Amino acid sequence: MLLTIIAGYILAPFAPFLSRISKKMSGWILAAIPTVIFIYFCSYYSRISAGEVITFEYAWVPAIQLSMNFYLDGLSLLFAMLISGFGALIFIYSGSYLKNHQLLERFYIYLLLFMASMLGVVLSANIISMFLFWELTSFSSYLLIGFNHESEGSRKAARQALLVTIGGGLALLIGFVLVGVVAGGYDIPYLLSNATFLKEHKLYALIVVLVLTGALTKSAQFPFYFWLPNAMAAPTPVSAYLHSATMVKAGIYLIARFTPVLGATTLWQYIIIISGGLTMLIGAYKAIYQQDTKKILAFTTISALGIIVMTLGIGTELAVKAAVAFLVAHAFYKGALFLVAGNVDKQAKSRDVNILSGLFKPMPWTGTAAVLSCISMAAVVPMVGFIAKEMVLEATLSASFYPVLLTGGVVASGIAFVIVGLILGYKLFFAAVENPAHVPVKDVNFSMIIAPMLLGVCSLVFGLFSTQILSSLLYQASIAILPGGAPFELGLWHGLNTALLLSLVTVVSGVALYYFRSRLDKGTALISLLHKVSPEELYFLLVRALQFIAVRITSWLQSGYLRRYVTVIFVAFIFLGLLASFKDDFFSLVIQQWAHSLDQVGVIEVAILLTMLIAVGVLFFAQSRLTAIIGLGVVGYGVGLIFIFFGAPDVAITQLLVETLTVILFVLVLHKLPEFRRFERLRLEKAFLILPVLFGGLMTFILLLVTNNQFTSTLKEYFVENSYTLGKGKNIVNVILVDFRALDTLGEISVLSIAAIGIFSLLNLKLKNKETDR
Amino acid sequence: MNTIIVRTTLKIIVPLYMLFSVYLLFRGHNLPGGGFIGGLIAAIPIVFHVMVYGAEKTKEIFNLNIFLLIGVGLLTAAGSGLVSMFMGDVFLTSIWADFELPIFGKPGTPILFDIGVYLLVIGIVLRIAFAMSEE
Repeated sequence: MLLTIIAGYILAPFAPFLSRISKKMSGWILAAIPTVIFIYFCSYYSRISAGEVITFEYAWVPAIQLSMNFYLDGLSLLFAMLISGFGALIFIYSGSYLKNHQLLERFYIYLLLFMASMLGVVLSANIISMFLFWELTSFSSYLLIGFNHESEGSRKAARQALLVTIGGGLALLIGFVLVGVVAGGYDIPYLLSNATFLKEHKLYALIVVLVLTGALTKSAQFPFYFWLPNAMAAPTPVSAYLHSATMVKAGIYLIARFTPVLGATTLWQYIIIISGGLTMLIGAYKAIYQQDTKKILAFTTISALGIIVMTLGIGTELAVKAAVAFLVAHAFYKGALFLVAGNVDKQAKSRDVNILSGLFKPMPWTGTAAVLSCISMAAVVPMVGFIAKEMVLEATLSASFYPVLLTGGVVASGIAFVIVGLILGYKLFFAAVENPAHVPVKDVNFSMIIAPMLLGVCSLVFGLFSTQILSSLLYQASIAILPGGAPFELGLWHGLNTALLLSLVTVVSGVALYYFRSRLDKGTALISLLHKVSPEELYFLLVRALQFIAVRITSWLQSGYLRRYVTVIFVAFIFLGLLASFKDDFFSLVIQQWAHSLDQVGVIEVAILLTMLIAVGVLFFAQSRLTAIIGLGVVGYGVGLIFIFFGAPDVAITQLLVETLTVILFVLVLHKLPEFRRFERLRLEKAFLILPVLFGGLMTFILLLVTNNQFTSTLKEYFVENSYTLGKGKNIVNVILVDFRALDTLGEISVLSIAAIGIFSLLNLKLKNKETDR
Repeated sequence: MNTIIVRTTLKIIVPLYMLFSVYLLFRGHNLPGGGFIGGLIAAIPIVFHVMVYGAEKTKEIFNLNIFLLIGVGLLTAAGSGLVSMFMGDVFLTSIWADFELPIFGKPGTPILFDIGVYLLVIGIVLRIAFAMSEE
């Protein structure tokens, strides 16, 4: 299982090479990876459908009982199959859609990374690892949205999506940590069985708000919905995969997964229902007024997600089942419609619904897929969309609070869906041709047809054969959310009930409004009015404020004067040091230790000290840089001598060598440095003297304080004893550096290399600038 | 700086220092020495060479790709830790060979790590030196 999930990460670097095997079939070749993963998950279908729940455990750091666990039940299997199945189709589609794009190989890498991260989110059994994968999906989504990185719109949209989802991720992390601390464990199986006492804890409200913020930002719910329409700047396969079928459903997965742990309380329900409900209405309303096909689809996606979230909030057995069914139905029709939009964009070279029409004749296959999916979106018999919408209506009608309001909202958004479905399915393809320039010659090739057609046909097949195909898996998924439900009764005909009536009303009204849609244009005024107070404006305000503050602070701190930087560091250190060490009893300890050390001072130490003091004096009164450097060098050698006399040969050698090299390097640059200017005002120079004096005094103080307090440590004996036996070396210092504490050394040398690269780039930059100036 | 005394001295110093640095590197485990010290000593004659002849000529003569040096050093050091992972242990567990080489002693992952550090330190000092002298 572990291998399946991280296969995406492992294979991502090889994607470019795999895609070069055959340029024409690169999408198909790479689609093999998600296909294999899909088959792997299918193999678990029968077991999970029978009610089994499987955990996979992989020991990671046994010493602290940290293991990487994965949890496979109906809910996660459903998602996993969606992710891998859609992934395969999207790879095939992208291979053709982005055929001539020079960064196609990079695209495959990003897609693989995303798929692996998404699988990790839905399969993690540990909330911390779930969070890790969660952030990785945000990150890979950022890379994918900003794929056309040369367009400023893409970059801005990517950044907006990133900031919003990562902000939510931060809240999610805090929420998860709180959950773990309060409940005493981070494992999902553990949390699922210990849920009740979490709900009664005093921190419950905070936890719910934090976790839900994470979920709502990722699933583009009110008030965090604004990033999704802008994310349409991404290439169409990305919109189809991430922003309709998988990533935005991660928030829904989170809500679903945590319903047994945190849900079914008033607070939870209120937040989710209000957010989902508002989103549902806003999305539906705005969708009607869009001209870009992708934007229409984006807003209807937001609305559909709102419906799912709201029904999860209602929380009854019926509602949970409805949510799961709607999730699946939506994935299929929306994914297909996005791909249709992509095909139309490619062939007719436009996404404007006002221009496009009469496309069925030249593009029959795309048209068929569009029609099938639009019928499903409009929730008309016999599609699976119809079944799902019926269930949603039944759920809202039987909701415990405000059933009329909720049902009304669903009907209203349903009407909008019908209108949109007619625009995309009817007007685009069957209305009379108005702009011959935008009528394509032929349909797209096979690779770009198979995905939408397959998805569209599935909408039909799932609708007709819902009981046989979908019931058991969906049932298992719904039990994971709300245990103890009765098996699904999926079917096209549930009898003549209110829900069916409402569906009929929805469709009829939708068709009617479609024909009168020119009169609807007055509604745009409302949108522009609301836009001024929309969450998106708030986002822009926050970002601008943040940038303003950042610029101010940086320009004050990074003034370009080395003296300023050193002063700031020293002042901060002195301040903190004084804060920590200014305690009454410390003084006597320090003086006691000082007296004690003075007894042990010998002639040699005094001699070295005198030499160093003279050097400091030379340094202070130096009139040229060379003198100053020599003074510094002598001080450094003095320190090295002290090391020798105190019995630390390795350190001494290193100190002496580094001092030598520093002096040499200084001499190298000596003649290139600007004039050695002293402070203009001697008083200022004397004022700056306080800093080093304070610093030195503080360090001495702290040192004496610390050496007074002999702390017991078994480390010394351990190293002395084991250096030869375990480390096979008699030089304890070296053995520690290279063997016992090799990890620390590895960290240090990594930092050194980064510093070297930094120095190189900085100086190289200056050189290049100088050359271009000439 | 390009006087005949300095040039002749340099010709002797460079190989001497190099040999000495390698000696200190391998000596480090039982007596003062080790990767850091060895690296610094190996870098000194080259820096001296830069002082005398300038960065361009030094780069030609010694024919080094500094970043490769740093990268190989880091890779060797980190790689020495990975060896133990293939044998089932945790990262950076030291593995020792069974035999003994005549001068160098028992080969094992710690010395590999030290060699990585050695190369890296040379690379870093030279990077700084070259960058500063070219400026």
